[in-house]
Amino acid sequence: MTTATPKYRELGLTDSEYELIVEKLGREPNDVELAMFSLLWSEHCAYKHSRKLLGKLPTEGERVVMGPGENAGAVDVGNGYAVAFKVESHNHPSAVEPFQGAATGVGGILRDVFAIGARPIAILDSLRFGELDSVRSRHLLDGAVRGIGHYGNSIGVATVGGEVYFEEPYEHNCLVNAMCIGVAKTEDMVRAAAAGVGNAVVLMGATTGRDGIGGASVLASAELGEGDEAKRPTVQVGDPFEESKVLECCLELLEKGLLVSLQDLGAAGLTSSAGEMASAGGVGIDIDVARVPLREADMEPFEIMVSESQERMLAVVEPAQVDAVRAICEKWQTGSAEIGVVTDSGQVRILRGEEVVGEMPVEALVDGCPLYDLEPAEPAGWIYGNRATLATGIDAEDELLALLAAPSIASKRWVFEQYDSIVGSRTVRRPESADAAVLALPESDNAIAVSIDGNGRRVACDPYAGTVEAVLECAQNLACVGAEPLGLTNCLNFGNPEKPTTAWQLDQAVTALADACIALGVPVVGGNVSLYNEGPDGPIYPTPVVAMVGELPDPHEVGGSAFAGDGDTIALLGPFSPTLAGSELAKQRGELEMGLPQPDVGAVVTACAIVREAVRAGNVSSAHDISDGGLACALAESAIGGGRGCRVDLQPLRERGCSPEEALFGEGSGGFLLSGNRAALESLGAIPIGEVGGTKIEIAAGDRSLIVGLADAESAWRSLAARAESVT
Amino acid sequence: MIWGVLQFPGSCDERDALYACSLASGEARMIWHEERDLGGVDGVVVPGGFSYGDYLRAGALARFSPAMEAVAELAAAGGPVLGICNGFQVLCEAGLLPGALLRNENLRFVCRQLDLLEVDGPISGDMGPESAHRPLSIPAKHGEGRYYAPEEMLDRLERDGQVAYRYAPGQNPNGSLRDIAGVSNEAGNVLGLMPHPEHAVDPLTGSTDGLRVFQRLEGLAR
Repeated sequence: MTTATPKYRELGLTDSEYELIVEKLGREPNDVELAMFSLLWSEHCAYKHSRKLLGKLPTEGERVVMGPGENAGAVDVGNGYAVAFKVESHNHPSAVEPFQGAATGVGGILRDVFAIGARPIAILDSLRFGELDSVRSRHLLDGAVRGIGHYGNSIGVATVGGEVYFEEPYEHNCLVNAMCIGVAKTEDMVRAAAAGVGNAVVLMGATTGRDGIGGASVLASAELGEGDEAKRPTVQVGDPFEESKVLECCLELLEKGLLVSLQDLGAAGLTSSAGEMASAGGVGIDIDVARVPLREADMEPFEIMVSESQERMLAVVEPAQVDAVRAICEKWQTGSAEIGVVTDSGQVRILRGEEVVGEMPVEALVDGCPLYDLEPAEPAGWIYGNRATLATGIDAEDELLALLAAPSIASKRWVFEQYDSIVGSRTVRRPESADAAVLALPESDNAIAVSIDGNGRRVACDPYAGTVEAVLECAQNLACVGAEPLGLTNCLNFGNPEKPTTAWQLDQAVTALADACIALGVPVVGGNVSLYNEGPDGPIYPTPVVAMVGELPDPHEVGGSAFAGDGDTIALLGPFSPTLAGSELAKQRGELEMGLPQPDVGAVVTACAIVREAVRAGNVSSAHDISDGGLACALAESAIGGGRGCRVDLQPLRERGCSPEEALFGEGSGGFLLSGNRAALESLGAIPIGEVGGTKIEIAAGDRSLIVGLADAESAWRSLAARAESVT
Repeated sequence: MIWGVLQFPGSCDERDALYACSLASGEARMIWHEERDLGGVDGVVVPGGFSYGDYLRAGALARFSPAMEAVAELAAAGGPVLGICNGFQVLCEAGLLPGALLRNENLRFVCRQLDLLEVDGPISGDMGPESAHRPLSIPAKHGEGRYYAPEEMLDRLERDGQVAYRYAPGQNPNGSLRDIAGVSNEAGNVLGLMPHPEHAVDPLTGSTDGLRVFQRLEGLAR
């Protein structure tokens, strides 16, 4: 005899959560209500394991126009304009079906941005896969890149940057985080709160089908494991053409002032958008599922309420404007249906015609989920594997070439050439030409720079220091193009928070994020949390992906990372004391272990300001942040980018106590590699280490000195394409 | 001269084209695809993007729009028409240009700055010797840009000076036959180009060589 699992458990609710729902309703929920509760009380929607921690983050700032809680955050960029941005994960859908998973990740983040009335102008992506020698990783990489390109290219929003790392712990559970940036007239921006009792609720865009049912609870809020193929029907299917029409339609509606509020339908579909709009507005809402345009005629009310069909938006409209709204939807050849009404009942009521099929207090549904305290415990040691792929004691030349060819360091041209990076005529710095993407803003007569970063391996070594480093790297990247940070968003990708080690990683990372943002004076304007990222072999590396947006007063004074002139002096700036801990070289040698040096945040902030001002004043020829693979790789990247060699001596780092190996390949925050006029560099406090020129990369570093031809370095660095397309 | 830029559902580069046209000639306006009347513009740009989501086949649906009927009349009357990327596909589907554009040889979308060679022909006659021989640095970005036509048609196009632009040697990004990047109609007033001249009009975001493509056609306006 077997005992059937209660339905609520299959939907991801615990026994005590179910009891609480019964208590709040005063009765057992019916199927419609249970389905809706299970979604809004899922980790994905309720943030029940992270919300308490996130309260630590600084969210206020002079330039903040919209902060956390809205569809996207936004900062003021002057002249009455704001820049909106958000990053969100679509990890589990991408692990199950990479093309559609990644495509709809882009579609979803675009909707978040135009939901507040901003025109999307750029996309960035942060991707993590298993090692590139795995067939599965290459399949996921290829599918995700095609999916991002398919959606972003088709809808005409430039994909201007991003990052890709390949590490064993992402083998089963890849990460696909998509970021969108939009620009809006501040006075035209709209919040997602329903208002005005008696106002109509209008569903716009695509029809509703059975795709993506249970995505937020079944897929996003549980660990991946065997039999995930069976979850493919929970992955949505994207249609960028539909979204392009919905986007233009919504922006026209907002510009004409025809909407009271607007919300996208993402995870948990109508359930979350209707519930959250009602909650934010302190009102009730009635939805008649019989009025929802369907793809399949026989859908049940619960299926209609939880469907995650893409390219749909929900608007609140004054009754007198409904016809005008529907006419503009018709112009853009997209659907519209009046499916409900704003009420003063404080209830979300679901009707099928005259019949009430569900009725729940908004407060219980949206804000009633219990929040949990984490039970963190620091692990005794390194919990991830170590795999040596590089022998110790080989020539430094071979080490440099191995690092340049490492998929996480190698040029990502194969990836970014599959994306339209220029549509919109704003892209001042295309991928690989600078440390941050730079976009012109003719609206406010200035420019913004964007960087996205998060080295999971280093966070695994030390969640606190690694997360601080991620924030500092973004700040350094912005400084290298001459931008000053305005705001930050993030996506926290972690394993199962109910496990003490993951809880500890999450707690440390959020604390670090808060501390670093406070030190930099950068507000956190939004964020996203993706937990339960685990495969059969354990959790992913803890991966807080940090995205920072900065401002440049003049789009014509922008830094680049490539060496620009033979004879230019090469100099180091910043509190850079690299070690091999957590480095790419330590990974390749199979020597990863816990612990990183703690970055000197104050000193890095000071160095960022010096570099930023120097770039703006045109006092440097190139500026590049020293990151993965250390100074030797940074030198090679600037040399390859400029098509010029270099000759340097790392004695100044030796004097800081670095071994030759640490000076060459050690990693850590705070290092800037600059080139330009010697006197100008010295006046910044930079320390000259050599000169641009020739056809070789020559680095003197004691007994590890090396000379590598520029062509050899470039062919190693450009080796990603052949390996990514390998079919064996 | 006044340029009109068509806008279909799914167009992507129409605002960029509008900006480029206004830089090139001073005045440009957007034309919604349902308009049967072009409102007196002197020339038309059919812009890049994914009109109608590339459904059925790139350009196959947009060619039936009312505005395209008017474009065909303008073309027949000798007015300049420039189809860029998806616009090139639309003009081929509409029968205003010869040949077809197929999926890129490696089946991947590609976005890359590259060099184009202007081919001497009837429509570049007044460009002067200097500009006719310097390559243009212009970005390409497309998934279906491999120019195809039967061999005998290619021979005829070359003979009649209808091959207007080629990718510089070694820079063909998509497997186009004979490195063809752009072709014109027999009269020379309708030009299709796979790379994007409207994304090469401002030194801030790239080169300014794209302006030469617009100027080449402006000479033909009545």
